[in-house]
Amino acid sequence: MSMETTLSHDTPAHDDHHHDKPRGLARWLYTTNHKDIGTLYLVFSLLMFFIGGSMAMIIRAELFMPGLQLVEPEFFNQMTTMHALIMVFGAVMPAWVGFANWMLPMMIGAPDMALPRMNNWSFWILPFAFTMLLSTLFMDSGGPAAGWTLYPPLSLQGGQSFAFVVFAVHMMGISSIMGSINVIATILNLRAPGMTLLRMPLFVWTWLITAFLLIMVMPVLAGAVTMLLTDHFFGTSFFNAAGGGDPVMFQHIFWFFGHPEVYIMILPAFGVVSEIIPTFARKPLFGYSAMVYATASIAFLSFIVWAHHMFTVGMPLTGALFFMYATMLIAVPTGVKVFNWVSTMWKGSMTFETPMLFAIAFVVLFTIGGLSGLMLAIASVDLQYHDTYFVVAHFHYVLVPGSVFALMAGAYYWLPKWTGHMYSETWGKIHFWVSAISVNILFFPQHYLGLAGMPRRIPDYSTQFADFNMISSIGGFIFGASQLIFVGVIVHCVYKSRQKATAQVWEGAKGLEWTLPSPAPYHTFDTPPVIDETTIAHAHSRH
Amino acid sequence: MSQQKKKLSNASLARRLALISVAMFGFGFAMWPLYNVFCDLTGLGGRGVKIAEGADGVGGSDRQVRIRFDATVNSSLPWDFEAVDKAMTVTLGEMSEAMYMAANPTDKPLAGHAIFNVTPPEASLYFVKTECFCFTQQVLQAKEAREMPVYYFIQPDLPASIKEITLSYTFYPDKKANLALTESAGK
Ligand code: HEM
Ligand SMILES: [Cu+2]
Repeated sequence: MSMETTLSHDTPAHDDHHHDKPRGLARWLYTTNHKDIGTLYLVFSLLMFFIGGSMAMIIRAELFMPGLQLVEPEFFNQMTTMHALIMVFGAVMPAWVGFANWMLPMMIGAPDMALPRMNNWSFWILPFAFTMLLSTLFMDSGGPAAGWTLYPPLSLQGGQSFAFVVFAVHMMGISSIMGSINVIATILNLRAPGMTLLRMPLFVWTWLITAFLLIMVMPVLAGAVTMLLTDHFFGTSFFNAAGGGDPVMFQHIFWFFGHPEVYIMILPAFGVVSEIIPTFARKPLFGYSAMVYATASIAFLSFIVWAHHMFTVGMPLTGALFFMYATMLIAVPTGVKVFNWVSTMWKGSMTFETPMLFAIAFVVLFTIGGLSGLMLAIASVDLQYHDTYFVVAHFHYVLVPGSVFALMAGAYYWLPKWTGHMYSETWGKIHFWVSAISVNILFFPQHYLGLAGMPRRIPDYSTQFADFNMISSIGGFIFGASQLIFVGVIVHCVYKSRQKATAQVWEGAKGLEWTLPSPAPYHTFDTPPVIDETTIAHAHSRH
Repeated sequence: MSQQKKKLSNASLARRLALISVAMFGFGFAMWPLYNVFCDLTGLGGRGVKIAEGADGVGGSDRQVRIRFDATVNSSLPWDFEAVDKAMTVTLGEMSEAMYMAANPTDKPLAGHAIFNVTPPEASLYFVKTECFCFTQQVLQAKEAREMPVYYFIQPDLPASIKEITLSYTFYPDKKANLALTESAGK
């Protein structure tokens, strides 16, 4: 370990918030410290993960058998809609912002985020936004029930509570935009001397690109829901055919946001996996700059493929062909990434600690999701697959064993750095195996259901779909329950574990964050570290 | 090295990035006129249909095309509405007539207006209507039933790849007119 390791306690303070950190609630309410805010984001997203997860359990319980068993169809529709909104905007996105807060400054040698007070705001908006969103479930007109895509005219047939949904989406958007501005300013302005752009760890790169996607598309979503709001309450006709509008236009605007949005959820996952695999393969990342360019091209392409969600609404043949080929083109940089992860492992001296297990499962299972995506991209066959369980299987493969597994991989990977203690490797592995097996029992049969024609977003189905649905539900219950193990491991690691973590934590770990002691002190890199080739994760691949 | 270049201060960088977001919010709304222009150019949403009141066809051609007629009523207008002929084969350039039938089975007068669409979208660019019930608002008195004709022709330069065209109408209630109708009925 080099001498640059900076213990902030010994260096003069820059900011006044440095001296006394308030205790109790006030500490969390007024904090501008990137680590505190990172923790807030992560805890919040875990809470949302369980709220959204309980809704998924209700959905799977209803679908366990054909027929209507447990809930009213109206409530079922609210569950599918809310589950998606909560998971996308409440669990996955804030979790990545949490990682960004904790790790970006430590990875680039910055003392904190560039705009700490705005950072506090961007987090504290979220609990209000989600309280508002969840409160609609208890209103007379119920929660939103037209699907997370909020397609009119169906979404406009809801009652007064729709206004709450729209304002909640506005608040989430503002929070994401402020968070992203902070990320970009931090990365562009606060890198330690010598931390050039092409030396940044990949997690930093993927977040930089994600942040640009966010500031460009969240406002488009805000515009779309604002138009829904005025159509619903103020008599405009943006999407109302009777008044000269066009409901199909909503789909164009929504997916102009929506497709980049799915990459917003996956790019930071690419980054985390690109950190973890080299560590446990004890080899530098294969093709570092190819990874950077692949990420940038995926982000660019994500703006020109949106109508692959709309093949069935009708579009000119040239349009369908354009969107089909553009979509397939994304598979090329994505393939480059998968190839590079596999090559990084090739002939590495691999060990299989929990973060590595999750990262390897990510590579395999995300690829399955990418392949079903390619099938859906074929315009002519999408007419058959669209709005069936095949689509549900596709996006759950890329999002659950994709984004969510990467989140868990990252959590296990950095948990010792955050807490100063090792988590229980045995229980981590149990969590992994139960999750990895059950997630496949849960989602793989849904491919067959979709191919056989089972539509998505329905509370009841005809009897030929019964067996696969039952299998899927069983997988779902096991997957849901196994996430309690995750909470157990975290709680144990934070409060009970007695096994101290070293500064480097993992034998093969490289990068500035591992030069800091574990747990990372409240203030780090108050004086910028001197960048040393041996501590940079990617130095080898470039010389 | 990045350190030597003059960097923007955090605040002005943040301001510029926020400006991108504001511009993109505007872009979301700009999609509305942009989409309309796009529809006008491609004929999407039946937008290419031309209105030529009083025109009389442009003389026959030797090509024929099949036209199918579709009718739908929005759920908030309690009317019966259907195409009398579900399909017919017409000669390009020649005037044709299609007949729809609308009925108001309720005991109060109701006003509606019809919105149309054409598929494939390109075909709408060659579709010319000389008279149509969709040009104006329609009022049906209590229990009234009425024939609603459309006079149209298809331009002879219709691309050869198009063999069949669907013309579709949906009747929507005219909410303002209906309010007025109920008020005057109440008096
Ligand atoms: C090789 C990469 C990918 C391709 C070719 C692809 C293609 C597609 C296509 C064509 C659809 C529309 C299917 C339909 O509705 O009929 C779709 C839906 C979807 N994809 Fe992907 N996709 C890819 C990667 C991803 C990734 C990485 C994510 C997220 C992390 C993702 C998330 C989704 C979601 C959420 C939907 C469904 C949206 C909805 O209708 O609710 N996809 N994908
Ligand atoms: Cu997409």
